[in-house]
Amino acid sequence: MNALKRVLGVLWIMIGAYAVYYLIVNQAISLWNKGGENIIPAVIYTLILCPMIAGALGTFGLYSLQGEFDSKD
Amino acid sequence: MSQSKKNSMFSIIGASSVGTMIEWYDFYIFGSLATVIASKFFPAGPGNETLSFLSTLATFAAGFVVRPFGALFFGRLGDLIGRKYTFMVTLLLMGGATFAIGCIPSYETIGMLAPILVLLLRLLQGLALGGEYGGAATYVAEHSPVNQRGYMTSWIQITATAGLIVSLIVIAVTKLSLSKEDFDAYGWRIPFLASIFMVGISYIIRRNMHESPLFSKAKAAGKTSTNPLKESFGNKLNFKYVLLALLGVTMGQGVVWYTGQFYAMSFIEKIMNVPKEQVDSVMIWALCLGTPFFVVFGWLSDKIGRKWIMMGGMLIAILSYRTIYTNMYETVNIKNKTEIVDKATAVAELKENAKNKNGGVDSVYTKTKAFVDGTTYKEVKTVTLNNGSVEQKDGKPLVDTKKTVTINSSDKWTLILFVFIQMIFVTMVYGPVAAFLVEMFPIKIRYTSMSLPYHIGNGIFGGLLPAIATFLVTNATKANTVAAEAGLAKVIDKPYLEGLWYPIILAGICFVIGTIYLDGKDNKVDDELVGDFKNEEVDLAIGK
Repeated sequence: MNALKRVLGVLWIMIGAYAVYYLIVNQAISLWNKGGENIIPAVIYTLILCPMIAGALGTFGLYSLQGEFDSKD
Repeated sequence: MSQSKKNSMFSIIGASSVGTMIEWYDFYIFGSLATVIASKFFPAGPGNETLSFLSTLATFAAGFVVRPFGALFFGRLGDLIGRKYTFMVTLLLMGGATFAIGCIPSYETIGMLAPILVLLLRLLQGLALGGEYGGAATYVAEHSPVNQRGYMTSWIQITATAGLIVSLIVIAVTKLSLSKEDFDAYGWRIPFLASIFMVGISYIIRRNMHESPLFSKAKAAGKTSTNPLKESFGNKLNFKYVLLALLGVTMGQGVVWYTGQFYAMSFIEKIMNVPKEQVDSVMIWALCLGTPFFVVFGWLSDKIGRKWIMMGGMLIAILSYRTIYTNMYETVNIKNKTEIVDKATAVAELKENAKNKNGGVDSVYTKTKAFVDGTTYKEVKTVTLNNGSVEQKDGKPLVDTKKTVTINSSDKWTLILFVFIQMIFVTMVYGPVAAFLVEMFPIKIRYTSMSLPYHIGNGIFGGLLPAIATFLVTNATKANTVAAEAGLAKVIDKPYLEGLWYPIILAGICFVIGTIYLDGKDNKVDDELVGDFKNEEVDLAIGK
């Protein structure tokens, strides 16, 4: 299980990175360009969801990779 | 546990739960009265873009983004000074802010000051709520015997749903007691003003409570933290558990909680077009029937462990959401019903446009349909006219269409059943979570450490769900409309289900992380952090 936890660490980092791509490049930029009422979801994606998901998953993945979550017994 | 200990435990739970429920009530009445608040403090119209921005801020910033800051601020205070003192402060802050919202003169009377004051008070509400939950959960858990911690804290878990039910009931009773004009003129203030009495009673009850025995003991031994924020988040040993609590528990729990209650409510009202009164009735029934299960699953978590109940709830939710929402939608869909053709009506008329200060008129087309099963359908299409010609926006006619499907009793109970099923998922993930979070962190930084992941998971990932999911549905519907206008086939087969991807994906990630990384052994915190304080000392502290 410890090996799986470490391998999955890479996956969490990749999902975190993909979240940045999806939320910013794929969603927020086009929403900003559309303007009007689309600004609100663009702000939510850019300033709230993206840092939360990417930051938390990235750090969690890094810790997993370093074996921080390895079981002791 | 002796009878006197049991009584003492239940008075602790009662005092904590009532206060927390009142805080949730205070928080929800703002949302439940959002329409009337918007009309009084953030009136829409040309040139009022700033007001609309402030309204959005009041809804999003205070409700969701500020809560984690409240968790940090009051969590730190709770770990430094004590649990009791801190959740007394949050109670008074919330009650005071709610009462004050009920006292603010409208935009018409004091202008821009009104929306600014509402925004500030809403921020205070968010801060107070951020501090309250962690305090109440910690306080009750630190009084509870280890083998009953899930059961005891599940009473705190009831309070969020109970607060929502009470807010819906108080508003419904106020509306029923007053005429529509009186409610609009002053009646909407009553639920806000009533809060001060509830908070007063709760304050008196809480004032007589004692500090948490474990915290008192830690403080007497000089073992409390001097810098809870640094020890919670600046220390990798603890911070990794904060991340695990967020990504392995509260993120999934938050989206399941908000899908089962708030998104279900918004879906029935905005996507299925059921009138507000019927939606409230469906929600009140489903919430009341589902609420006891918080205690059932809290109790069960003491017997079989917390992890698998929460993960089970998440998994069943992920697998069944699309089926549940398809069935809800199709239950009310008028395309599946037999129309009584003779009863169909269509009326076209010109009406004065109240929003147009230049005294313009609207062309209003009203269509009604009746169905064999008792369902009725009303569609009001309003075309805005300007000097006799149709007003355009972005090159398209300005048309507003409002559809209402008034459902029959049988369909209402079918909807209650589907919301109730979702409530079971909610109670599975939420019932044991307070005990689970408390057990992840040591006494000296418990309040701070558990509050932050809880409020990010619920306030941000969960709280934003109705807005994001509705946005996804609207986008999918627009894509289909554009395709239809271009003579192309549908882009998305069931656009009304698109909003579910958000909870499904987040709960899916949370399920995988929780299943693999959480060890499933309850009552176990990292010994290096616990120091001299083992959880078993709770028993000694309450004299078991």
